[in-house]
Amino acid sequence: MSTPTEVSEPTTPAGRAARSAAQPPIKARRVRRLSKRDKVILGFMIGLPTLIQLLFVWIPTLLSVFLSFTRWNGLALSDIRAAGLANFSYVFNDSPAFWPAVQHNILWLVFLAVIATPLGLLLAVLLDQQIKGSKIYQSIFFVPVMLSLALVGIIWQLFYQKDNGLLNFLLGTAGTPEAVDWFGDPSVNIWAALVAATWRHAGYVMILYLAGLKGVDASLKEAASLDGANARQTFFRIVFPAMAPINIVIVVITIIESLRAFDVVWVINKGTNGLELISALVITYLIGEGQSIGIGSAFAVILLVISLVPITIYLSRTFRKEKF
Amino acid sequence: MSTSTRTRTGKSQEAVGHGRSRPHYGTHIFLIVMSIMWLIPLVWALFTALRPKTDTDAYGYFSLGGAFNFDNYVTAWTQGGFPQYFMNSLIITIPTIILVLWMSSMMAFAVSRVSWKFNISMLILFTAGNLLPPQVLATPLFEMFKLTPLPYWFSDSGSLLTTYISVIIANTAFQIGFCTFVLSNYMKALSADLTEAALVDGAGLWRQYASIIMPLCKPAVAALATLELIFIYNDYFWPLLFIQSGDRLPVTTAINNLQGTFLSNYNLLAAGAMITVIPTLIIYLVLQKQFVAGLTLGSSKG
Repeated sequence: MSTPTEVSEPTTPAGRAARSAAQPPIKARRVRRLSKRDKVILGFMIGLPTLIQLLFVWIPTLLSVFLSFTRWNGLALSDIRAAGLANFSYVFNDSPAFWPAVQHNILWLVFLAVIATPLGLLLAVLLDQQIKGSKIYQSIFFVPVMLSLALVGIIWQLFYQKDNGLLNFLLGTAGTPEAVDWFGDPSVNIWAALVAATWRHAGYVMILYLAGLKGVDASLKEAASLDGANARQTFFRIVFPAMAPINIVIVVITIIESLRAFDVVWVINKGTNGLELISALVITYLIGEGQSIGIGSAFAVILLVISLVPITIYLSRTFRKEKF
Repeated sequence: MSTSTRTRTGKSQEAVGHGRSRPHYGTHIFLIVMSIMWLIPLVWALFTALRPKTDTDAYGYFSLGGAFNFDNYVTAWTQGGFPQYFMNSLIITIPTIILVLWMSSMMAFAVSRVSWKFNISMLILFTAGNLLPPQVLATPLFEMFKLTPLPYWFSDSGSLLTTYISVIIANTAFQIGFCTFVLSNYMKALSADLTEAALVDGAGLWRQYASIIMPLCKPAVAALATLELIFIYNDYFWPLLFIQSGDRLPVTTAINNLQGTFLSNYNLLAAGAMITVIPTLIIYLVLQKQFVAGLTLGSSKG
């Protein structure tokens, strides 16, 4: 039954992309009539995962919205008091960390979009050519993708340390008063953290684009070069537009990663002192002293509203053509 | 058609026509420089970890003097409590992967192989759930777990907090969406005749799922299992939130505490960090192909 042909074909994204372009996805034909037994089984197959998904993802998300309009210390449910828009008014007008966090989140997005993602694309394009040692280079750039962001934070901490870190040594400032505490100094630590995040993000983007480049029909490139296009023209006019589906995924991943950024800054200093991020503020208000669930939830709702933009774009692009 | 698995690399070689005989000196120089920059932080951690603290104190961190050995690894392993942390990672990771793949394969089967009213809406709901930042739902989830009363013989916090189950639940719920999305795309690409024939034979839905569709999904399931193994092993956030007692933390979340345990002994900290890389490194060496396939499966929707 499991002939290699049928099993293997969809594994390569190239094959899948080509295939789904060539023929519309096979519709699951309306099952004539489900037997009673099958209806029960179908109910189980849909019901159990849906229950988990609703109970632990969507209901908590809605509860975040609810809690953002309340005042609560997180102790007994009977302590919850209505607060109207007070939490949001506090966040926008009085919270000392909110606007820095917004700036940092935007900076995170811009840095990933302008530096890390194009770097990943560049690496993919260079490695997609037939050059010696391509696999070795790929493996090197890919290593950080396997590491947790928490570990990335620690590894870079060793590199960035003030007195014993390699970077200050390479700059010749180690042990001198000019030595920079890269993760501690609030004027530079966001940049240091962004370099660490890029280390991981670029490798991830590279892997996705390597798959995307393999999916581009080689005859397109050949036709372009026969028409006298140089490598740069071929790439920007033919190859890059042909990768539109992957480009969308990368854009969405980049935006979502910058909203999700949390682990690196939490490992460094729990998202304070120059490293404020909206996601970290949610957790600070949850587990910090004098829990204010309402204010933390207001941050969560702001994060939710912003996230819904890329999520909606992605979903509408992905499911636009779906018909059953 | 059947060549696509065997010769992924072979295919890429023939596919790339341009630049077939240029020497690419500039490209190599650029890539070598980038590779060195990429490896420096790792090599530095590895280098620091191999040197005894006394030697780095005597000669400085930027020196080659003194001994090189694995003493820091041994000390970090025992003092850092790694056996327990690795055990915790295992206890959390394995059930999560099984649950995620079981739930998402059922859901994917139901939305892609059976036609019913809301199948696309449900798939959208699942996919969207995975794209949310986890911090959006962290607070209510934390409170829900805190307010779930459990007998003390079962949980020493009297609630779901500080239990392995809390982390397993959160990870499962969060990962189901992604796996459902990937698997449903995969199942949709399988021929409709497969289950038509089964229908004629009178096979019920469960038979179609378990004996026909799932065996054909082995490559996708293997890729997803590898990917989830790395994702969940690397998960830092949920245990940070739910598990307050140190002896139940998985490795990835526990390493942050090493900074306190090992104070300013960077050699030990580096060794601890390197120890946590070992499982990922093994997975990388053994299952690299599955991992990369998993990463790209999610993005290759045509």
